[in-house]
Order: sequence, then structure tokens, then C-alpha cells
Amino acid sequence: MLSRLRNPWPDRRAERTLGAVSLLLGVLVVAMLVFVGVHAWPTFQHNGLSWLGPKGNLETQIANMQATGQRPPASAYRLGAWPFVYGTLLSTAVAVALALGVAVLSSIFIVELAPARLRRVAIPVIRVLASVPSVIYGLIGVLVLVPFVGNHLITGSEKASVQNVVELTGAGLIVTVVILTVMITPIMVALICEAFVSVPNSWREGAIALGVNPVRAMLAVTVRAARPAIVAAVVLATARALGEAVMISMVSGSRSFVPKPIDGLIFLFEPLRTLASAIVDYHEGVGAPPLAATLYALALLLLFSAFVLSIAGYLIKLPLRRYQVSG
Amino acid sequence: MSALASRRAQPQRPAKPGPGRRSSPMSWRWGDRLALAFAWIAGIGLCVIAAAIVLYMGYRGIEYLRPKLLFSRPAVGTSQSDTGGFLDPLLGTALLTVIGIALAVPLAVSSAVWISEYGRPTWVARVVESSIEIVAGTPDIVIALFGLAIFQLHLFAPFSFTASGGGVFGRSFIAAGAMMSLIALPPLFTATRDGLQSVPAHMREAAFALGKTRIATIRRVLLPSVRSNIATGVTLGVSRIIGDTAIVVLLLGESLRLESQGSAPVVGMLRGTGSTLTSYVYDNSPAGEGAAPQKAYAAAFVLLVLVLGLNLLVDRIGRSQADSIGLTAAGAIV
Repeated sequence: MLSRLRNPWPDRRAERTLGAVSLLLGVLVVAMLVFVGVHAWPTFQHNGLSWLGPKGNLETQIANMQATGQRPPASAYRLGAWPFVYGTLLSTAVAVALALGVAVLSSIFIVELAPARLRRVAIPVIRVLASVPSVIYGLIGVLVLVPFVGNHLITGSEKASVQNVVELTGAGLIVTVVILTVMITPIMVALICEAFVSVPNSWREGAIALGVNPVRAMLAVTVRAARPAIVAAVVLATARALGEAVMISMVSGSRSFVPKPIDGLIFLFEPLRTLASAIVDYHEGVGAPPLAATLYALALLLLFSAFVLSIAGYLIKLPLRRYQVSG
Repeated sequence: MSALASRRAQPQRPAKPGPGRRSSPMSWRWGDRLALAFAWIAGIGLCVIAAAIVLYMGYRGIEYLRPKLLFSRPAVGTSQSDTGGFLDPLLGTALLTVIGIALAVPLAVSSAVWISEYGRPTWVARVVESSIEIVAGTPDIVIALFGLAIFQLHLFAPFSFTASGGGVFGRSFIAAGAMMSLIALPPLFTATRDGLQSVPAHMREAAFALGKTRIATIRRVLLPSVRSNIATGVTLGVSRIIGDTAIVVLLLGESLRLESQGSAPVVGMLRGTGSTLTSYVYDNSPAGEGAAPQKAYAAAFVLLVLVLGLNLLVDRIGRSQADSIGLTAAGAIV
């Protein structure tokens, strides 16, 4: 038996075996969609699509879910996931917007402006930033940034003004967004730098020869030509920010609260909870069927948005592909 | 067109001869000067943040890390001095890495080989490539929930922690390791496929001319020549696995110690629960249960050293591979 394996395989059989193993990956993805979908189904069955909207107090609804037994009534599934959706949209959008600006500028710096010696330092340093595990970011956030914000940036009167609504500890929107930005910027820098380097040098040199200064040439020629790569970078960074669970659960204050811009400066310090961090926060309640269905529904929403995101990125890139600079 | 016309209509000012080849920023427009300043600030700022994180963790690590922490098991205690060390989490990290890589390598390498050497019918190849893209784009927390759903099936009861009443918890080293293999899969696949695609065609042709079959060419010529790419992929996969928290928190259970399930020595451990460095950090931070920041800092320092070491290793292996700037070395980041 073993000697048969050791002998050279006929080509046909090798192809079939390898193909079957590869197809297993497709099966895995389908299984993932099916499993998550089936487990999430009761939530949508009982709530419809209004599940995504606001619907009463989320914390009490989840407490109700945990209180029901193994055969819950249909009313136990009632939930409005809007605070999670809103928290995800808010933190992701702000962090990606900030990171995009920083990433484009620092890519210009690395590719064009930095002296060779500084560039040799900057590239490994930025790779370090990209490879730090998210739990370390979370630890620094919760042990350094949160106390700093709580003790120095939030005044006592601000805490007192909202103490009946929400407790401001420092963990909240601003710390979340800052750390999220630091986490996703290196990914964008890597992709954008790579694209900047692959823009033919003669294009930029042509612009400089026409009397344009180097920075303007970068902005007008290189950044423009690298737009597909910038879109790809935004898509990838958004996916990363959407799916970040543990770090956000550590530093966001983990309350199903909706930060309202109308509150003025306090808005920045209000706690929030995202789709992914809600899964981490409530994973111990997975024994209660309604809560389990809710968590799987959150996961399905994350899967769906990752899917929509990559399709949107593809569609945006299509008209930008006039210059053949790969993204 | 009109913009062009108006620009032409302007009287042409003679360009001032600059001091050298380049114009000085002082003569630029305000917008450009601002962009220049912000680019410097952003670039230097990123480096400063990275340096600050590494230096701060290094400072805290040296402050709190004692050799005995590495060799003592976690214990139940009231103060930070008697809760033991993180021997079990270290073992847990190693165990999960071994399981994850052992499952991911055959899957990733054989599908990369199939895609680049056979790849027919084309629609199947496209399905396989997009499923790997989907796996790469799926948040780890979703993969963890998927694992929970699978391993809670009664079919898979032998693989995980089972309650006396017959309930399947779906939490074990096998469950977590299997899901970790999905995390490690995309970088491994990409590295191997890119390596295979960069092998020059004449090597294959030479092997065919000598009468080798396709599969013999793959085994004797192609796989040996992409060994360094596979090594890069494995290193990237390992660094993903040891840095991942969500899967561990959901699929490895709550216990800090390695808790065996059943009496069989190795199988029991694989079926049992435990912790890794990441979940140890999470549990000991104020976000988790035990508020032991000193332990969390020490474990996080060890974790960071491991990850940075793997980073260096990727550099070492990848130095021979052509790479334009070094930021995306063999998909190190993406």
C-alpha cells in the first residue's frame, strides 16, 4: 500500500487529487455561508429587515434573550441592531478617512521626499506597525490611552453633565478611532507605496521638466495614476477596520450606546459598540438560542459587507484603469 | 478647453533661475508647501508612533518580565504576585501554531500547485481563487463563529470538550487550530502561487523534455525551487496565528491552564481547552476578568518579540526574492 503511494503517480490521478483538494476550499466557503446563514435565520425570521433599525433599548433586549431558556418565545428574538451598525459605520468611516490622508501623504514622503537613509529606516518601521497583533494595540489603548483621555481630556463637569445617561471613563469613540487609524494606515501605506513605485519614472520627470515642483508632480501625476491602488488600499483597510473585534471591544467602552454628534465635544468620548466587538462581548451567552441567532446575524452582516465592499472596490476601479498601473 | 485657453492668455512670466536643479520650496505655491509639510509630518509621525509602541512595550516588558514567569503555570491567586506565569499560554500558542500550519500547508500548497500548473477547467480555478479571496477578506471573528457552529455539531463531538450531559461545547485545541488554518491559508497560498508563477518556463520545459510527467516535474523541480516562498508563507501564517485573539477567545474556552479532556495523553490535550499568549493578555487586561496589567504587559512583550522575530525571519528568507520596495515583501502585510 505504502509502496504504491511512493511510486510516481499517474498524471491524471495527481491532477484530480490536487483539484479535489483545491475545490475543498470552495466547499469550505459555501459551508461558512450556509452555517452562518442557517444560524442567523431565526433573527431575520422574527424581525425582518427592521432588525437593522433602532428598536427600543438594546441592552434590555439582550438581557431578555439571556434570560429565556432553551425554548424561547418568538418575542425573545426582538432586537434592533442599529447601535451596532451605527458604531461600526462611524468608527470605520472616520478611521478610514483619516488613514487615507495620512497614508497618501506618508507614501509621498517615503517614495519621493525621504532621504535614502531615512527611507531605509521608515520601511521596516512601518512594517513593524502593520504586524503588531491587535491585542497589543488593545492593551496599550486600555492601559495608556483610556486613562489619559479619562483623566486629562474629559473634565469633571462634562462627566457630571451626562452621568444620568452614560458614564464617561475615557473608553470611547476617540480612542477607538485613533487606534483603528494607526492599525490600518500601514496596510494602506504598503499598497500605495508599491503602486507609486510602479508608476513609470518618466511620467513624473516629464512633469518636473515642464517646471512643476516635485510635490505637485507627485500629486498630479503619480497619485492620479495610482488611483486604482488607492481604491484597493481603501477597500482592504475598510475590511480590516470592519472586522476588528478584540481591540475595539477592549477600548470602546463596550456599551450599546449611540454617540450623537449633537452632544458637542462629549460626542468624542461617548462609548460605542461595533458589530464585531458585540460578538466578542456577548460570546459567552451563545448558549441562549436568541442571542446565538443574533450573534450569527451580526456575523452574516459582516460577511455581507465584506462581500459588498470587494465588489464596490472592483466597480470603482473599472473606469480608473486608464493607465496600466496595477493595484 | 476653456481652462487651457485662459492659462494661455496669461502673460508668461520668465522662470526665475533657481539655485540648483531643484526649485526651493520657498518659491512654491502655498498648497504645495502645505502638502510638503504634511507629508513630512505624516511620514515622520508614523515612524515615531511605531517606535513609541515598540519602545513602550519594551520598557514595560523589561520592567515586569521575570524568567520565572516563562516557566510557571498560571494559578488562581488574589494578587498579581501569586497568579503564576504563562507557561501554559506559551504551550498553547505553540500547539495552535503547529495544528494550524499542519492543516494549512497541504491545503494551500496543493491548491497553489493546482492553480498554477493545471488550473482546468477555468471556472473551477476561478472559484478556488475567489474562495481564497473570500477567506482572506473574512474577519477572524466570523471565522471563529463559523468554527463554533461546526464543532458544536454532534458529528464532531469527539473533537472537542463535551459536557457530561451530552452537550457539545465546540471548544478545543482542534477546533481553534482548524480555524487558525483558515487564517494562515491566504498568505501561504499567495506566496506559493507567486513563487510557482515566477519559475521560468524553461525549467518546466527542460523537465518535460527529459520525459518527466507533470506531477514528477512538480515534485522534483518546481516544489524544491519554491521552497523559500513556502517558507515565507509559513512564517507569515505563523505570525498571523500567534497574533490572533478572536478565534482563541471564542474557540479555546476560558481556562488559562491547559485542561485535558479524557485520559488519553496527547489526544486529551488536543480535545481539551487552554489559552494562548493573546488570550492571556486579553484576560489579564482590564477588559478581561483578572485585572493584572503587569502580567498582561509581560505576556504582550513576549508576544511582540515573537512577532518581530518572525518579521525578521521573513526579511531573511525574502531577501533573495525580487521586491521593488520591501513593504509588501511576498504579501507580508496584505
